Amino acid sequence: MELGNIEKLLDKYLEAKTTVAEENLLREYFTGEEVASHLEQYIPLFSYLSHAREERFTKQVPLKPRTYQYRWISVAAAVILAFGIFFGPEQYQEYQEQRQAEIAYNETRKALSMLASNLERGTNKVAYLNEFEQTKQKIYKND
Amino acid sequence: MTQSEFLNVVMPFKDKLYRLAKRLLVSSEEAEDATQEILMKLWAKNNKIASYKNVEAFAMTMTKNFCLDRLKSKQSGNLKLVHSNFTDDSTSLQRSLEVKDSLSWVEKIMEELPQQQKMVLQLRDVEQYEFDEIAELLEMKPTAIRVTLSRARKTVREKLLERHRYGIG
Repeated sequence: MELGNIEKLLDKYLEAKTTVAEENLLREYFTGEEVASHLEQYIPLFSYLSHAREERFTKQVPLKPRTYQYRWISVAAAVILAFGIFFGPEQYQEYQEQRQAEIAYNETRKALSMLASNLERGTNKVAYLNEFEQTKQKIYKND
Repeated sequence: MTQSEFLNVVMPFKDKLYRLAKRLLVSSEEAEDATQEILMKLWAKNNKIASYKNVEAFAMTMTKNFCLDRLKSKQSGNLKLVHSNFTDDSTSLQRSLEVKDSLSWVEKIMEELPQQQKMVLQLRDVEQYEFDEIAELLEMKPTAIRVTLSRARKTVREKLLERHRYGIG
């Protein structure tokens, strides 16, 4: 390629008015063998630019197949929650009733056992009375 | 979309994502992580991918935003990026070594550019996108991109000339 042409292209390049094709021409020229000595300072630039294009991304990316199980877990959770809301109060009420019945039962038991022990004490005392009665009968018979 | 279909869509431009990420984040480990992150995000949306008219542009924009966010949080976290592949000018006589050295010099120059210029230069001069595509990717006007690109190219040239003069003398 003509030297004058290259210089013109370089000026256009610096003004950012070149097309991609023209820039490719420049790249070709400066990475080639014959570069005019007064333009030598551009060699590193253009060879770097073509060199930079060679860099590759080599790392492996772990692409997991999309997991759908998590979606189902949320559905399951919603169902359970709905069940809980529907049947929860009923269950709770039943449980409360049972508890109350148990408490009432315990209270009655306590009251009854108290009554029983008091009654026993009463009968013991009545036994004395009996003794008294018998003695009284004896006295009446003697009369 | 199955895994292999997804890979077929992503394959052609995954290196571009990586190179853009590396241009912005400098360290190749960081860039690899970022690219992986982006690909996984794309995979998570793989049902919608078919409806995007330009997956590549979408992915590039995602990468750009992701990296800029990273950089922002880095700055506030006071972390500095390290890069180790630049060696100070060693006066080597071998030409091949000199070329390699000057390549990393150009890399270093590009690192010093402002983010916007860096991205435009990367997308145009490395990836060879058209101005319209770059405008779409970076959410900028094509004229603004032309100006930024010209500025970036001139800065790189200035620095290279400086280096050229010192390097020879």
